[in-house]
Amino acid sequence: MTKEAQNERDDMLVDDPEPQDEQIDDIPDEFNPNYLKVYYGRLFPHADMFKWLSYGNDGKHPACDQSYIGRREFSFTLDNDIYLRFQSFNCASELENGIKDKCPFKIDIGPVYSVDPSKRLAYAQSGDNIFTPVERELVFDIDISDYDDARYCCSGADVCLDCWPLMTIAIKVIDTSLRDDFGFNNILWVYSGRRGVHCWVCDGKARRLNNEQRGAIADYFRVYKGNTNSKSKVSLVGSALHPFLVRSYSDVLRDFFEKKLLCSQQLLSDERYEKILEMIPDESITSELRGKWQDNRRSSSGKDVNVVRWEQLKQLLQSGKQKATGIRRCVEEIVFSFTYPRLDMEVSKHMNHLLKAPFCIHPKTGRVCVPIDPDVCDEFDPTNVPTLSKLLREINTVGLQVEGDKVWERTSMGKSIRYFRGSFLQPLMKSCKEEIEESYSAKVQQSKNSLTW
Amino acid sequence: MCKQLNITKTFRVSKITLVRSQKKPSSASADGVSTIPLYRSAPTLEVRLEDFERFAVDRLLVLRGISDGLARGKKPDEMEKLVSDLWKANMRHPNTSEIIDKDIISHFVLRLVYCRTEELRKWFLSMESTLFRYRFRLETSDVHRALMTELGIPYKSVTNAEFEGLKEKLSQVARSIGQQLPTSDTVYYKVPWEEVSELVGSRRVFIKKGYAYVALNQVVSFVIPHFRSHLSKALVLTNRKWTSMIREQEKDRLTPIVEALSTSYLGPDYTQDKEFGEISLKDIDQVARSSFPLCMRHLFDSLREDHHLKHGGRMQLGLFLKGVGLKLDDALAFWKAEFSQKVGAERFDKEYAYGIRHNFGKEGKRTDYTPFSCQKIILSTPGVGDHHGCPYRHFSEENLRAALGKMGVGSRELEQVVEKAKGRHYQLACTLTFEAIHGASCDSGINHPNQYFKASQNILKEKK
Ligand SMILES: [Zn+2]
Repeated sequence: MTKEAQNERDDMLVDDPEPQDEQIDDIPDEFNPNYLKVYYGRLFPHADMFKWLSYGNDGKHPACDQSYIGRREFSFTLDNDIYLRFQSFNCASELENGIKDKCPFKIDIGPVYSVDPSKRLAYAQSGDNIFTPVERELVFDIDISDYDDARYCCSGADVCLDCWPLMTIAIKVIDTSLRDDFGFNNILWVYSGRRGVHCWVCDGKARRLNNEQRGAIADYFRVYKGNTNSKSKVSLVGSALHPFLVRSYSDVLRDFFEKKLLCSQQLLSDERYEKILEMIPDESITSELRGKWQDNRRSSSGKDVNVVRWEQLKQLLQSGKQKATGIRRCVEEIVFSFTYPRLDMEVSKHMNHLLKAPFCIHPKTGRVCVPIDPDVCDEFDPTNVPTLSKLLREINTVGLQVEGDKVWERTSMGKSIRYFRGSFLQPLMKSCKEEIEESYSAKVQQSKNSLTW
Repeated sequence: MCKQLNITKTFRVSKITLVRSQKKPSSASADGVSTIPLYRSAPTLEVRLEDFERFAVDRLLVLRGISDGLARGKKPDEMEKLVSDLWKANMRHPNTSEIIDKDIISHFVLRLVYCRTEELRKWFLSMESTLFRYRFRLETSDVHRALMTELGIPYKSVTNAEFEGLKEKLSQVARSIGQQLPTSDTVYYKVPWEEVSELVGSRRVFIKKGYAYVALNQVVSFVIPHFRSHLSKALVLTNRKWTSMIREQEKDRLTPIVEALSTSYLGPDYTQDKEFGEISLKDIDQVARSSFPLCMRHLFDSLREDHHLKHGGRMQLGLFLKGVGLKLDDALAFWKAEFSQKVGAERFDKEYAYGIRHNFGKEGKRTDYTPFSCQKIILSTPGVGDHHGCPYRHFSEENLRAALGKMGVGSRELEQVVEKAKGRHYQLACTLTFEAIHGASCDSGINHPNQYFKASQNILKEKK
């Protein structure tokens, strides 16, 4: 049966996991569906998620749109890859019960549609095809597996503390631009649980962007030439760089490349320097450098060989002799190639892409998709993110002493939930209220005008 | 020039008023600055009925030319030249003072013509916006400023103090796109970035805190969306007026003209093509294989196979055959040979022969019917069991591929044709098919099945 077909008969396919009596003293590190039930029951911040996705429309203000949250698509991935799309929930308790009930391995969040997505078929039968996405956070998805030609320590979905900083600087570059260039304020960065980060831009203006404008933002961030298969080649043309690229380069990328990546990935070691030489379009320069590096395998100064070679390369490329901007630009191109954020553009361009919800548990690693504070993203350590089994042990320890919903405060998830509430949700709610007030007074003003007209 | 548009000759009436409106035409031309009107409100100009139609046809030629240029993927510079040439060729008026009137009148007539369906509105909106874009580009920055004021675009230019603070960044952008460095005289507009998303996407503007700083020579990017959204709303309103009022009120005068214009074909008349004429029945299968466009080939093959065609198919193929020179007697024999296998000779004579004679103007109102143009065929709506219509538009991709393969289109060209058809460039898809089969280019593009036939015969004759 296709996934689609399964979706249409969701109710038949959902079963609660078998109740298990065994003690959970010895909790294995990997993901376990039974613990997931406990997690959704005692730790998952249902109410905060609901509050977030209501964007102030759950209030009493006359301008609140009561149908708003009910038009949002949730999709659940259950055990055995059963995939339930177009779920919707009208109130906080419905959402909480839905999640506890189905105990999804993964929760994805889709757009807000013109009508309740669970009733889309009824609308389709009524003739008018009015089922269409009307609002969606601007989202970004960055995966470390897209950086395999920029790191030697790991590949694929694996990640370690040597390559994770590539994600950190992606956050810095994109976050700064979203705030300073585009003027967005309500931005949530989330660890995807395994190999990357997600970004949710939640400002009203961002949620209402059309696909064309989303595409423009994606293009603004694009520096890689060609399609996804040729990501490694950056092309920086023109006699100057756009201020966004200049800032990204001089504030973030250059330092990171020179002070971290160069040495941590040994980019100019004997076995690896050819790859960088290939990026220089002038053969006399590459053979000069190759000559130097072959003869002089160990640096005498005691400095790291990668740093020494990088200085030599820069000196040769940027010396006054090099007239062509193409050659001088080459240093920047190398830095960009290795460090500039590699976004999955398709996710950002369209309103109807689904993205995994924060606070899900990654089914392969058991890690919680916790928020990342961009202001201190250097401190984020993916190998230290709480796992499902760790949380379960903590619940076992503190659970008996603490009243119902306060359990989370005493677990290692406490910090993440406090950040989510204090630094993301609270300012977001404030701006939602202001927006609702504003649209209301505009409406009142308009109706006054039409009375006198 | 085009026979089917000469409907007006019976109404040699004095003058008509286009649309009733209290407002004065408020074009920038009033200040003697711009020659581009913004078509904000319907003119109170009086117009002779024959001008009503003639102006519209002239403008339609411009818009069709633009449509063709876009479909061919012409670059901005080529488009600029094309638009300027098309405009000069079609929108002149012997009396220079009336050029703007002609511009305005023709625009408003075509609004009536193209307001009537979603598809027509979309096409008109797209072509008029493109036309405006390139005309705007040719104007001076004083005109740009005047037009922006008139469009009610509220953006303030950046103040000197703000400019000084941003000068370095603005210079960086100017250098990065190879433009002149800004000085304190350079005018910049500060606009929400969403309104110039194409400039943002190509990093051709500096943006800060949600605002884009747009140089005066880039303003076309935010003027166009304004122009477009205004026109889009206006078209919906016009449609409402048309269905609720104008169509009925004008049913004896404007309505027939308006209805004919959207499907009218503006090329040469193929009603009776004397040049080739007289295709005889014995050659018809061979000629169909070599020189029929896909739509006619499909109808022809279906008829041979089913010995029947429904009304839409009989009209489309029948008039085409008349156009290529099949005489009435031969046409009757041709249709009878097929249909009688299915319905019997008697029923053919009784039920179908009339229609064929009718097409030749021998029955009924005795009008000589004209072969359908591509435009008309593309806009037709074939139903179940129908074989007429434009295969590039109405076939499934699978069927189109099979049909093109059968026509002998090579696999590489086939992909291009399918690509164009998917991109809704049906006539260009047909042109590419023609070029693939004949191994010769067809620069004029295919606009009419009979033109396809004629061009094909020309090439085949040369080869002999
Ligand atoms: Zn690693």
